[in-house]
Amino acid sequence: MKEYRTITKIAGPLVFVEKTEPIAYGELVNIVLSDGTIKRGQVLDTSDELVVVQIFETTTGIGRDSGVRFTGETIKMPVGREMLGRILSGGGKPIDGGPEIVPEKRLDITGAAINPYARGMPADFIQTGISTIDGTNTLVRGQKLPIFSGAGLPHNNVALQIARQAKVPGSTESFAVVFAAMGITKEEANYFMADFERTGALERAVVFLNLADDPAVERIITPRLALTTAEYLAFELGMHVLVILTDMTNYCEALRQIGAAREEVPGRRGYPGYMYTDLACIYERAGMIKGLKGSVTQIPILTMPGDDITHPIPDLTGYITEGQIVISRELHRKGIYPPINVLPSLSRLMNLGIGKGHTREDHKKVSDQMYAGYAEGNDLRGLVAIVGKDALSERDRLLLEFADLFENRFVRQGYDEDRTIEDTLNLGWDLLATLPVEQLTRIDRDLINKYHPKFRAGAKKE
Amino acid sequence: MKTEKTKEAKKGVLKRIAGPVVTAVNLDAHMYDVVKVGNEALMGEVIKIQGNNTIIQVYEDTSGIRPGEPVINTGLSLSVELGPGLLTSIYDGIQRPLAVLVEKMGNFIERGVSAPGLSHTKKWTFKPLVKAGDKVEPGAILGEVQETNIVHRVMLPPNVKAGVVKTIRSGDFTVDEIICTLEDGREYPMIQRWPVRVPRPVREKKNPTIPLITGQRILDGLFPIAKGGTAAIPGPFGSGKTVTQQQLAKWSDAEIVVYIGCGERGNEMTEVLTEFPHLEDPKSGKPLMERTVLIANTSNMPVAAREASVYTGITIAEYFRDMGYDVSLMADSTSRWAEAMREISSRLEEMPGEEGYPAYLAARLSEFYERAGLVETLNGAAGSVSVIGAVSPPGGDFSEPVTQNTLRIVKVFWALDAKLSQRRHFPAINWLNSYSLYLDALHDWYDKEVSPDWNKIRSWAMEILQKEAELQEIVQLVGSDALPESEQVTIEVARMIREIFLQQNAYDAVDTFCDMKKQYDMMKAIKLFADLAYSAQLAGVSPTQINTIKAKNELPQIKFIKDYKPELAKIEKEMDAEFNTLRSAA
Ligand SMILES: Nc1ncnc2c1ncn2[C@@H]1O[C@H](COP(=O)(O)OP(=O)(O)OP(=O)(O)O)[C@@H](O)[C@H]1O
Ligand SMILES: Nc1ncnc2c1ncn2[C@@H]1O[C@H](COP(=O)(O)OP(=O)(O)O)[C@@H](O)[C@H]1O
Ligand SMILES: [Mg+2]
Ligand SMILES: [Mg+2]
Repeated sequence: MKEYRTITKIAGPLVFVEKTEPIAYGELVNIVLSDGTIKRGQVLDTSDELVVVQIFETTTGIGRDSGVRFTGETIKMPVGREMLGRILSGGGKPIDGGPEIVPEKRLDITGAAINPYARGMPADFIQTGISTIDGTNTLVRGQKLPIFSGAGLPHNNVALQIARQAKVPGSTESFAVVFAAMGITKEEANYFMADFERTGALERAVVFLNLADDPAVERIITPRLALTTAEYLAFELGMHVLVILTDMTNYCEALRQIGAAREEVPGRRGYPGYMYTDLACIYERAGMIKGLKGSVTQIPILTMPGDDITHPIPDLTGYITEGQIVISRELHRKGIYPPINVLPSLSRLMNLGIGKGHTREDHKKVSDQMYAGYAEGNDLRGLVAIVGKDALSERDRLLLEFADLFENRFVRQGYDEDRTIEDTLNLGWDLLATLPVEQLTRIDRDLINKYHPKFRAGAKKE
Repeated sequence: MKTEKTKEAKKGVLKRIAGPVVTAVNLDAHMYDVVKVGNEALMGEVIKIQGNNTIIQVYEDTSGIRPGEPVINTGLSLSVELGPGLLTSIYDGIQRPLAVLVEKMGNFIERGVSAPGLSHTKKWTFKPLVKAGDKVEPGAILGEVQETNIVHRVMLPPNVKAGVVKTIRSGDFTVDEIICTLEDGREYPMIQRWPVRVPRPVREKKNPTIPLITGQRILDGLFPIAKGGTAAIPGPFGSGKTVTQQQLAKWSDAEIVVYIGCGERGNEMTEVLTEFPHLEDPKSGKPLMERTVLIANTSNMPVAAREASVYTGITIAEYFRDMGYDVSLMADSTSRWAEAMREISSRLEEMPGEEGYPAYLAARLSEFYERAGLVETLNGAAGSVSVIGAVSPPGGDFSEPVTQNTLRIVKVFWALDAKLSQRRHFPAINWLNSYSLYLDALHDWYDKEVSPDWNKIRSWAMEILQKEAELQEIVQLVGSDALPESEQVTIEVARMIREIFLQQNAYDAVDTFCDMKKQYDMMKAIKLFADLAYSAQLAGVSPTQINTIKAKNELPQIKFIKDYKPELAKIEKEMDAEFNTLRSAA
């Protein structure tokens, strides 16, 4: 392979190379330093005069004397069954002291788009054991459901609780976890690893670690490596794979850094104009395929800068993913775990995975009714602060109490508390029973007669 | 010999590749010519010419392409194939059938595979409607094919001269076989090709007077769109753009539906594909898929093809309009289309306008919406294209360029509101900010087809909602008990309008669709309650007592009952009786 020594400029993560033979767009590049170290990069722009290479590691040590080798192929990831139980760097190299991965296949990390015609419709209810998810923002297999959080909030615990408790009731199919860390601290990483080890999940996991002190630009490929692995496990080995990506905010910062180095016209708040498309190429790599057994379910985690849900990172994410679970600082301050605020949370695929034959026939209506009650009760808190409780009508007073009950009994649960969907729905009915029956306008009469504690109890007495 | 030479001259060489935009040199090209890029002959389109450099947007992934590879100009503009076989299809942004792509390259979309928009082998039974000796004008209907339950009218292309039919055939043909020959020797198959960026001609544009009935109460009842009209539905993520668009695709009384998933989710298209074949058109009773054409260029598919997808969709819509059909087109989301323009524009290093969008954003948007309309077609029929565009403003802020430029063009504005969606008030359309500029044009239709008092009742409901908003401001300061009694009644009536009439669950088997008659009956029942309540209040009945009326609480159940009439009559009777009791006690 020909080696060029025609680097003319190095700026940020970009290396500019001149006088090459025709180089392919997107091809993998190895930069060889004087001490023999090899750094990897990818062609971002190619012409007969100049080739721009984006390096995935620090550019420390790269100089005009460094050699440049164009490999003639796009970046590939060696994958194999043996990856389960392994810990890899954010660049895909084993860092657990174990042997190199013996590849069964080498796959392009960009990952082609699933043809929408080939997609299978996600419809299998995943029970996470967390009421605010199962009851009101249900997760289904093949969904991409991110956690929107803020600095210092217990999103990691929530993610771990989901990873630990997630099951499809009545199913014994094989599953795996792919965990990709981007720019998180060593301490956070240890926290995840310890939990994986404690619960034995590590055996069924593939871990990619790009930590806070690892090169930022490596974060661009970490989620792609993770998803390539996940797709392999799912669509070639038939496993149900849960992918946790954390923290997508660090990924987006890396994207911004590269945009700035390329002197691109920035979009909102300095993030590249193509960030929507770029994120879509990550998040859309979730789903099911007709006729194949496995599935890829994604739980990306991101911290909202300044807790601002309109910030471009959560905003663009929300426009792509199939809902979001929002962690609230206010609930956290009240000492409620898991501090999930259901109001801005949403699961768009919920309707496909609930109801008769999936969970229970009353699921949707119970959820809607609880939302309506909690939203209204929550609004009234503002009013009470001004006019006092006495100025409230009876109806409003009950709603206000409902909001408190909802937070304290439905939202609040233990870190190891694993509620079945029946527990969750029955709990919902117990809370709704504190409101006058006439106020349950979202629920059909038949369901009320069948599930409302008052009538259930009445029926028993007869 | 001569053609060989021109072909040779049209070949250029790639000079630079940077993502979806590439530069070729020595290419003899015109703007918007379709070119084949590189050894794999990826499809692209000329978007800028600068001296000897031709800038091309490529509709497929350009990884692996090198400088020096050839570029060939086809000399054609980006066109779609029009003819029998469009219905029930799902296409990508450049009309490649996704089902054929699965056959050719598996579950994932690879590149370098071309696939024609229509099947060229399938035979269709063609029944002529003209005979030898007939004079045919451009756009004339030559005959028909039973495509699905929809009759496909085969037309003379709109951009050709009139002529006299020499022979017309009857029987089973592929789209390429000649079915009609004119005296001057011209021959026509069923297929026609049309450049997507050029509107198809019509005889005359008319002013719409008939609503597109959607079965969604807040739309038909409060903010209707006309057949041939334009509407925008902006909202932050999760507020209900897609669900509303899908509801329109399912239940609107259009004869043909073109649904464009432009830069949105793969699963949403799958959902349509899975659901529609099992859903019945409430009018024809036939599977909804039979009247539907889907365009799916999801967010992770190439951005240049996303840019093209809306043009592909609207051209197909116009083609069915030309047959005399009422077509409705949903584009979800026009913001992703605008972003595709922005991405391409920034790679061209064009001078950016507001928020990085190209300066021609407003022009492109208005050109697109101008292709909607109620028309007299070239063959004299009445047809229409209604366009409903979703808009996805960053951070849900409507002051951004795509929303603002769209609002300057469209006549109906359905403003989605995150506050409403968060409390699961669906459709989360804000009744105070939304508007329809068609109300006057549709006044007579509602008067005649629904009821002579409908327009009055509609205004009454809007007034109550407006009044509630004002009262809520006071309530926020002093609590609701401090309001005068008549206003407490207003608050209760407004709640009923919101919870009974406006809220409509798309996932409820019955409530997903509500015809105009039922809408009228429901609103009438609420009005009845209001009339009784106000007069009872005047007679000395307190609002607290009024709130104990049981029949009022039964009213929401009407939504979930298909044959609601007997139940509704019963509720209204009870309501009357209960009020009488209260009044005589007072
Ligand atoms: N129960 C409800 N169901 C449906 N809509 C409601 C309900 N309660 C309030 N709304 C509507 O929600 C919207 C926002 O109401 P609210 O008064 O809470 O906010 P606001 O005054 O607009 O506050 P801000 O100044 O923060 O925007 C209003 O249009 C109001 O009529
Ligand atoms: N009319 C409706 N009835 C019931 N639920 C709705 C309705 N409209 C929206 N929703 C709910 O809101 C969610 C988000 O709607 P969607 O149309 O996907 O939002 P957007 O396209 O604006 O991001 C849906 O998944 C559904 O749960
Ligand atoms: Mg949507
Ligand atoms: Mg007609």
